[in-house]
Amino acid sequence: MNVIELNAIVKTYDMGGAEQVMALQGVSLNIKKNEYVAIMGPSGSGKSTLMNIIGCLDTPTSGQYLFNGLNVSDMNDNDLAKIRNREIGFVFQTFNLLARSDSLHNVELPLIYAGVPSSERKRRAQETLANVQLGDRSHHKPNELSGGQRQRVAIARALVTKPSIILADEPTGNLDSKTGEEIMMLFEDLHKAGNTIILVTHEAEIAEHAYRTIRLRDGKVESDEIVTKRRVYQRAHAS
Amino acid sequence: MYFLTELKEGLAISFRAIRANKMRSVLTTLGIVIGIVSVTLMATAIEGVNRAFERSAAAFGTDVLYVQKFPWVSNEDWATIRNRRNLEVPYVAKVERQASLIDAVAPVVTTRRRLTYGINSMEGAMVSGTTAAYLSTAGVTLNDGRFFTAEESSGGRPVCAIGAVVAENLFPNEDPIGKTIRVAGFPYTVVGTFEKQGGLFGAFTSDNRVFVPLFSFQTHYGGRRRDVTIQVRVADLKQMEDAKMELEGIMRAIRHIPPGKPNDFSINQQEILTQTFAPISLVIATIGLFITGLSLFVGGIGIMNIMFVSVTERTREIGIRKAIGAKRRTILIQFLSEAAALCLIGGILGLAIAFPLSLIVDQVLPTAMPLSVVFISIIISLVVGVISGFLPAYRAARMDPVEALRYE
Repeated sequence: MNVIELNAIVKTYDMGGAEQVMALQGVSLNIKKNEYVAIMGPSGSGKSTLMNIIGCLDTPTSGQYLFNGLNVSDMNDNDLAKIRNREIGFVFQTFNLLARSDSLHNVELPLIYAGVPSSERKRRAQETLANVQLGDRSHHKPNELSGGQRQRVAIARALVTKPSIILADEPTGNLDSKTGEEIMMLFEDLHKAGNTIILVTHEAEIAEHAYRTIRLRDGKVESDEIVTKRRVYQRAHAS
Repeated sequence: MYFLTELKEGLAISFRAIRANKMRSVLTTLGIVIGIVSVTLMATAIEGVNRAFERSAAAFGTDVLYVQKFPWVSNEDWATIRNRRNLEVPYVAKVERQASLIDAVAPVVTTRRRLTYGINSMEGAMVSGTTAAYLSTAGVTLNDGRFFTAEESSGGRPVCAIGAVVAENLFPNEDPIGKTIRVAGFPYTVVGTFEKQGGLFGAFTSDNRVFVPLFSFQTHYGGRRRDVTIQVRVADLKQMEDAKMELEGIMRAIRHIPPGKPNDFSINQQEILTQTFAPISLVIATIGLFITGLSLFVGGIGIMNIMFVSVTERTREIGIRKAIGAKRRTILIQFLSEAAALCLIGGILGLAIAFPLSLIVDQVLPTAMPLSVVFISIIISLVVGVISGFLPAYRAARMDPVEALRYE
């Protein structure tokens, strides 16, 4: 079953006056449940725009976007917010945690917006933090955590609503390679646990963790192929 | 649906934000504090003026007509009024005999004299000569003792009843009843004291007044031709207008005024004062509250300004919240509750400052901060918060999540 179905997605931006920039020029692709896909492309290729549309942060100028069979291309702000809240887990390059809130509250936040009662919220957030090995850091604020720990809090926040897809935008971009590896291992685990993961990156090394790579160039899909040589880090204790 | 959860979360975020920017919050709130202080104090002062007026007006009695040479409120030519003949004591008997709708009539003549008791003295006190009927024709209440009787009054006995201020001045540490004071040298024994009236109209209050029998007054202070005020109490308040007409007719007959000529006397009553005062009081209240309201308005602008800063500063936070599912309404509520919380804190601080100050106002005017003012100012500060927070909050709510997330 397709979680994501994009049909001839076009996105143009008005640059003032009659000038228009066509960021996406008819992108069509499908992503199935429990796929692990990397979207690659140089800057200016339209991958950020595509990510924003897949993440329901933005709507296409034309074309059809079906999310779990639901047409989201012409949904209003509130319905999009609901989809983002329940169906999509974002992981950003810069973590994007709330600086003044502790880990627990950061992870709790999507559940607050989903209207989950307080006690259940706390329980689920704590549980999810434990799943990313941060059960003992729930009352630390972001500035009291290392980069890798921050990204794991962000991943916990993305996971806590049990979304249909995890959308990760350069998740290792702000981390050293060792910590980056740890995060990629975590994604591997999440994928094995049945999650659908979409990885947006410009690093070939990172993209090789996925099972399928979609390359964008000038707003179009350049190639869409299965990764032949997957890169899987071995856990130290497993080797 | 999740409105309460959103509000609760919004408030929690607000307090965190306010605590994170303590200095800024304090300075911003200061405008609201000053606004609330000035508005509540103005309201308290207006309340004080009104109360003082009501008390003073009550001293005239609602059912008493005052027949006098001079009107209390007039736009007639002053010279004409001044040239009116004085009213005379014998009118009282005639009015009493002829009027059917009244139940008490008393003449009052007044002058200013020096009072002494031992080493204590009081300059320029009012001395009024009247009859025993006075007590029924005025809104005064005895505090202690009694008023003089009809016999004492007609016999010209040297007895007197004194107002509260007179009692305080002459008898700071003594009970005045039974003591003999001197009014311009003539001895009078105090038989009664009045309750304090306070009020705005010094000339009409009983506080600084000594009441003596009319006959004694005329003997000691002379002036049988002195102008007299005739105080008439109407038997039935519902027949006030009829009684006034009747009284007017009787007075015209006494004064031999031919038909068609205007009255050469005035019939005054408390209503004239209240009718005159009400619009003045309203104007004072409106202008006063408007001017002080301006400071609250300025405070509101301060809140709006800082909320715009706050929204811009937290653009990225707004982007994050939107990305993980905050609706427009959620963001709107978050910033509205921050502005409202700031103003509410300001309002409460303002009240805490205004309350002791209102006690100082109470020293000058008989007032207390009305409870309604407390509630209204809390509501007003909330409303100011919501109004001045609305534009910034609306801007935050409408932010594009993609743009907001990209904001550095």
